[in-house]
Formats: sequence, C-alpha cells, structure tokens
Amino acid sequence: MAATAEKMEREQKLEGIGCSRKRKEDPRFIQGKGNYVDDINLAGTLFSVVVRSPYAHARVKSIKKDKALALPGVHAVLTAEDLKPLKLHWMPTLAGDVQAVLADQKVCFQYQEVAVVIADNRYIAADGAELVEVEYEPLPALVDPHKAMDADAPIIREDLVGKDEAGQGKRLHNNHIFRWEVGDKAATDKAFAGAEVTVKQAMLNPRVHPCPLETCGCVASFDKVRGELTVYITSQAPHVVRTVVSLLSGLPESKIRVISPDIGGGFGNKVGVYPGYVTAIVASIVLGRPVKWVESRIENLSTTAFARDYHMVGELAADKNGRIKALRVDVLADHGAFNSHAQPTKWPAGLFSICTGSYDIPVAYVKVDGVYTNKAPGGVAYRCSFRVTEAVHLIERMIDILAQKLGIDKAEIRMRNFIKPEQFPYHSALGWEYDSGNYPAALKKVMAAVDYTGLRKEQAEKRKRGELMGIGICTFTEIVGAGPSKSCDILGVGMFDSCEIRVHPTGSAIARLGTMSTGQAHETTYAQIIASELGLPSEVIQVEEGDTSTAPYGLGTYGSRSTPVGGAASARAARKIRDKARKIAAHLLEVSPDDLDWDVDRFKVKGVPGQEKTMKEIAWAAYNNVPPGMEMGLEAVEYYDPPNFTYPFGAYLCVVDIDRYTGETKVRRFYALDDCGTRINPMIIEGQIHGGLTEAYAVAMGQLIAFDADGNLLSNSLMDYFLPTAVEAPKWETDYTVTPSPHHPLGAKGVAESPHVGGIPCFTNAVNDAFDHLGVTHIDMPHTAFNVWKTIHELGLDKRA
Amino acid sequence: MAKKHISFTLNGAAVETLVEPRELLIHVLREQLRQTGSHIGCETSHCGACTVDLNGKSVKSCTVLAVQADGGRVLTVEGLAHNGQLHPVQEGFMQEHGLQCGFCTPGMLMRSYRFLQENPKPTDDEIRVGLSGNLCRCTGYMNIVKAVQYAAAKMQKGG
Repeated sequence: MAATAEKMEREQKLEGIGCSRKRKEDPRFIQGKGNYVDDINLAGTLFSVVVRSPYAHARVKSIKKDKALALPGVHAVLTAEDLKPLKLHWMPTLAGDVQAVLADQKVCFQYQEVAVVIADNRYIAADGAELVEVEYEPLPALVDPHKAMDADAPIIREDLVGKDEAGQGKRLHNNHIFRWEVGDKAATDKAFAGAEVTVKQAMLNPRVHPCPLETCGCVASFDKVRGELTVYITSQAPHVVRTVVSLLSGLPESKIRVISPDIGGGFGNKVGVYPGYVTAIVASIVLGRPVKWVESRIENLSTTAFARDYHMVGELAADKNGRIKALRVDVLADHGAFNSHAQPTKWPAGLFSICTGSYDIPVAYVKVDGVYTNKAPGGVAYRCSFRVTEAVHLIERMIDILAQKLGIDKAEIRMRNFIKPEQFPYHSALGWEYDSGNYPAALKKVMAAVDYTGLRKEQAEKRKRGELMGIGICTFTEIVGAGPSKSCDILGVGMFDSCEIRVHPTGSAIARLGTMSTGQAHETTYAQIIASELGLPSEVIQVEEGDTSTAPYGLGTYGSRSTPVGGAASARAARKIRDKARKIAAHLLEVSPDDLDWDVDRFKVKGVPGQEKTMKEIAWAAYNNVPPGMEMGLEAVEYYDPPNFTYPFGAYLCVVDIDRYTGETKVRRFYALDDCGTRINPMIIEGQIHGGLTEAYAVAMGQLIAFDADGNLLSNSLMDYFLPTAVEAPKWETDYTVTPSPHHPLGAKGVAESPHVGGIPCFTNAVNDAFDHLGVTHIDMPHTAFNVWKTIHELGLDKRA
Repeated sequence: MAKKHISFTLNGAAVETLVEPRELLIHVLREQLRQTGSHIGCETSHCGACTVDLNGKSVKSCTVLAVQADGGRVLTVEGLAHNGQLHPVQEGFMQEHGLQCGFCTPGMLMRSYRFLQENPKPTDDEIRVGLSGNLCRCTGYMNIVKAVQYAAAKMQKGG
C-alpha cells in the first residue's frame, strides 16, 4: 500500500491528465498583461479605417478621394482601382468562390468594404473615411433567400454571369451557388411511401453572429529592406493565413511571419481571411510602415463571419411505435453575397449530414441548395463544427414532433431509436462511422437526476391550471476533430495538426503546436497531456502556439479539433520522446530497453527495486551520455492525421416556465450531461460547458441578425443584438459519463462545442413542449418574450377571464 | 485641433499629458500611457471591457473623455495588485476559473473591486445585478459569481 501511495503522490505532483489544476494563462490575464492584437505597438504604426457601403445592393458610380487625401495625417486612400494592378481587388475564398476585397464597381451587401483610409491614428483615419465621397446607384436588394432563384430575382454576382459553377458544382441560376446531395434518395422515398406515420416540418436556424468580445483586427508590418512581412492577427488558424497571404502576395512563405497573440474569444468568427486584413497588409507593403486595422463592434457584427441562416424542411417516416424508418431533409442555405464560409473545402454544407443524430435510422437523404443574397458573407461559425448545430437542431426537433404526433413520451421515443451501445462503431445512413457512444445510459442518468417522471406529473397538473411549463430534451451526437486528410482539407492542405516538444537538459520542456487557443486554455491542457505522457510536471511544460515562425504547421482551432487532433499530436510526440528516453535509461542502467517498466515519471528495471532513472535524470543524460550511435537531445515532432472524426455526445434537459400573459420565458433548470471521452482538465471542461450553454441560451432565446426588406441591417450593435448579462444567464447543472474514443491516443473527443450544439435545440424543445398539448408543432427561434407572446396570443391564452 | 493639458493620478502615480478634447479616456490609457490592460469591446458602453475606476466609481472609459479625468484618480487593472500581492478579486477569478479568453477580465475585475466596496457581503443575485454592465462571452458567469464571492469572503477576513 505504501508503494501505491507513493506512486499516487508522484502522479499528483505532475498535475497531468484528469487534474483540475489552475490555468497557466490566468496570471497574465488577471494582471492586465495579456497581449492582444490591439495591444501591439510597433513604432510608426499607421491606422486604417474602412469606408463601407450604406446600401445592400448598388452600383459604385464614382469614388472621390481628394478631400480625404487633403486631410493632414492621411497617408493613403485605397480603392479597388488601386488594388487592381496588384490583382488584389478580389481574393479567393476557402469555398472555391471569390470575394471582393474592395468593391469592384458594385456593392452586394450593406457595410461592404468600398475603400480604406490609412492615417497617423484612428481619429484621423475615421475623419478621413468620412471625407471619402462615394456615389452610388441603388439596385433592388435580394433579402429573402426563398426568392433567390426566382426568374426575376436581381442578379447579385455579375462577375459570375455565364459561369455554370462557382467552385462547388453545377449552378442552376445566377444566384445559385451549389446543390449538394447525400444519401439514398430512391430508398428514402420508398420508405416514406410505405410508412405508417410521417411528419414534416419547416424550420429556420436564423442568422446569428458569434460576437466574441474582442473584434477582429491585425497589425501588418512589411520590412522593405529585408522583404519580410510580419502580421499580428486575430486568427484561429495563423498557418493557413500565412499560406493564403503568400498565395495572394507572391511573397514566399518563408518571408511571412503570422503571429496570433492572445485572442479575446473566437467562436469561429476568426477563422476567415477578411478584406480588412488584406488591405492592411497591402497598405503596409505599399507604405513600408506598420498598419493596424481593428474592427468596431458594428463592423464586426455587420461583416465578419455570421453563422447559420439555414432554412430547413425535415421529414421523418416511422412505424406506429415511433421507430424511425427514414429521414428526408431539404435545406435552403443563405450564404450571403460571397461564398466565403470557412470550412473544409470539399464540404459545401459542412458536416450537416450528421443529421441522423443519435438514432439508428436505416435510410436518409439530404439535399442542400446554397444561394446568394444581398447580405454579408460567412455562415460557418459560432461554436459549431461545420453545420452540426443546424443538423442537430433538425433531428432533435423532428423527433419531438414525431413523438407529439404519436403521443409517445419524448424521452421514450429517443430510447426506442437510439443507436445501441453494441452497435459501435456505427455506420450511419449518410456515411459516417461513429466511434463510440452509450446514449441510453446518458439519458437515463439525466432522467434520474431531475426526477423526469415527477416533472411530467407537475407539468400535467400545471396544464390543468392553464400554466405553461415546458420540458426540453436533447440527446445529441456531435462530429468534431476535423479531420482525416483523406476527406478534409483547406485549400488542398490536409487537416492534420502538429506538436513539437523539446525537453531541456534540466527536465523542463517546451511544446509548440499548430492549433490556436482563443480562451480554451491550451497552455494548460496540452501541458497536462504531455506531463502524464512524459512524467514531467505540467508546471514546467511551456506551451506556445500562434507564431508561424516557431510553431510547426497546423490547421488551427475550430470545430472542437484541438483536443482530438492537437491533443493526439501532443501525446504521440511525447511518446516518441519516451521511446528514446527508454533507450537512454537502458543505457544508463546497463540493461536492455525491454527490461524496463514505465512508472509515472521514471523507468524501473523489472524485478530490481531501486534500479531506476527518472525522466529528469534521463533528460540530463540526453545531452551528455546517450547510447553509442544515438543522436544527442530529447525532442520530437508529430504531424497527426486522425483516422476518423470523434463523436462526443450528451443528454440535456431543460425546464422552462412561461408567463402566459407576457411570453416571458424563465429557465428553471438546465441539466447537461456531456460525454467527451477521456477528460483532461475537468475544471476547464466545466467552464467550456458553462460558456457553450450560455451561448446556446443566447441563440435560442434572443439572438438574430435581422434585415429589413431593403437589406438594411437592424441588429449590428450591442444595443440591438442580444448578449446575455449575468442577470439573464441561467444557472447550469453539469454531469458526465466517460466513453473513450477508441481511435484517439488518449480516448479524448473534444467538448467546447457540444453545449452550444446540444443546448440550442434543448431550449427550443422546452419552449415548444410548453405548447405541445395545444397542438403547436413548431415555433422558430429566437424565443424572445414578444415572439412567445405572439404564439400565446394566437392561441388566445392571454385573455383574462 | 488644439490639445488640452491634463493631469491625473493613474494607479497612484501622477501623470500628465496632452490630449485632443475629443479623445476618449480608453485611448489615452491604452495608446499614450501604454496601459493596455483595459480593453475595447464595443463603442456603445455595453460590454464593460474598458471599465476602470474614476474617482471612486466604475466608469466605462470608452465613453468618458480623457479631459473628464483631469485632476482625478484613475485605477486600472494594472494597479490592483500591491507589492506583488494579488488583490482578492484577482485571486478569486483565478481560483474559481472566472475567466477564459481574458478579454473581459480587466473590466470584470475593476467592476468587482468597486462593487465589493459598495456591497461587501453580496448575495449571488446581487453580484449578478452588480456586474450586469460587464459582458462575458466565455464563462456563462457562474464562475464569475463564485470568484466575487471568494473575494468577498477573503476581504471579510481582512485579506
């Protein structure tokens, strides 16, 4: 027993996998010593401000710069005409389309970039922007995506007229981008034709915005003498930015250094390459001085990566017992004026085909049509692994609607349709191989924890009294960790990720990765993984990301890919080091490597107590006493190409009480059980879940990027766009099960997006459940008091006796 | 534009500088005085990332003119710790995992610092109302409430 206690003590000292150790990032953040892009202060920095279109759709008749250029302190005003000789007035997008860097003869969405003013400071640049005179000829705006393919619809992209494809397959109309089909249509149609029961429902995942607290920005600094470009940037994928900048500018990648410093939240808003970055880089190259661009909040909400805008019609075929036989989905996707969403290049609708969810559905068919409208580009963002939020929303709503039609309890219908634990690895009808899961256990645990039967009894009593109480369930399956390079790439670069570890002579280490934290505490989590693998304390393992000149190439952080891909790379790089350490230890102990056992932080000779070498001792020996023929040093690099995605899952339950006179919806209880496989730092995981649930609450209950009929944006400041404060934010109860991923070196699956993906439909299901007995099948988000009241009013519930 | 000469104390030290009358306090703090702890998250005084303490009150320095600080006392996150000793609110945020990306944190800390002087023994709900002028996109606030309670308890004990 003493030996066990001693071993446990050594393990605890490492503060490795499973330890809720405090974050290594915190000391600088709580003392105002973070280093964000806008904190970068290079000598001689100029500031750029973008002149933006007041119209959603208009011709640019003329741009007069004279007055702006005459303002003291203004150095340059750039327009598309200035970028044309450099061939930089348009830029390629990740989706095979092109996007105007600065408007080329016409503008296609309100707040589109038209010109850029570069000046001594932000005040003069803003003054200069006011003095740029742009003459517009307004055109009819196309706002409703359902009208995009009408015969008389205004043509948004004149540059594409006559082209029957825009990078993602055949186009059927001037405003059509792509049609993407997956699944077996004939078999699905047949299943529907012979089904005992079918349900069909149109629903909208409305346009929202991730709105991280720090907006996007960059500081570009071109050294004319050396021919070197350095860009500090708010990017979740700095290595990809370097590649894109090289392709655009013609500078060799070796002369470009992209640095993502501390980033104030990303949520997918900071994956893309935006015109503001490009123009700052061009201005720096032209002027030979550092140029800073930092968005205002209004610019952030108006132009950089929105999310969703998926107009979906779902259909389920089932038998009378609620056993699902087929799923059919038709989606109209509003991509805005340019198809520039950031996601794996070959997937026009991302991973939307995960929409069979946690259920064993024999056949399915999905069709997605992407269209242009006069709105800002984007679509893939907001704590979501490439359209998984939309997919989960669809199936979790549809299964509730089926339950309602059949009069089956909403938990029971899930139990009847779950993929069974013994079916894993499970091949879904739409082509995915789910790695592992235990869905019934998760839901049962939640039902027991909240006394589900008791809640339903209470609800029945309240309904008799005319009170509105809703119970929402969501049993979601995520697909994260993009991805296997055989199916996922960005501009042709496979979606692997990387880790390089160097162990120093005195037993501390530095690890550098191709991912990029935007608040998820990678410096802590990766250090814990490496600590457990190497037997060195996490406290002395320094983790660095974001500097393309020092970190190995990686695809960055989004789609919950850091732990599934970067975490795996860390573990495997550490294991390479441990393999070498074993040989050094064998050499030092004069035994064969096979005679050694690994024991927490040291190698021990089998059966000979006391004969051992700690990793710290081995690290020293690696620099002075290695076996003959072995290279000195103790380092390794791993480029990890995952064999599959990972499939985290969870069971959530939400209880809401709705005021039948005002529509105000109070979240009484939210119980979230997550299974993300092996848990590295439970404190950080819980924090991620709290944050994701709060963002889910925001989306479900209030967020909407709204436009009027002319394409004017109605919700682009924090006065109009809902971000919950501490007062509105509900309190969360969290729980977990652990079903490791069989293919991940640590069994870990990723977690940060699950609460957002699973949380949104859980809230919506709760609100809808409150009206279930009144025959309401579906109410779209956001469930603001006014919107809920409209339903109440239509039902006549708000009439006082 | 003619500049104005202003002087005030910043984290206990006297500073003087020339500013345009229209210059915002947050820009002067960050760009002239290089105190970049306070952040800019919006321009409508909703997010609170720029919250500093001016003459004993929490203000959003993105909507305060620098000239309004003339003759005043300004405290920012850089001035919270003393002699290498963290203020209890700083300690609380770290112990209770009250931050993630760190961008709202300086504003949250400065508001918590002032709030606990206004209400040294708050309930959880009072903390939520007291900090409702500060937005956080990462944490969901539960751990921020715990962090403030941690600080309140420590300050009660004289920490």
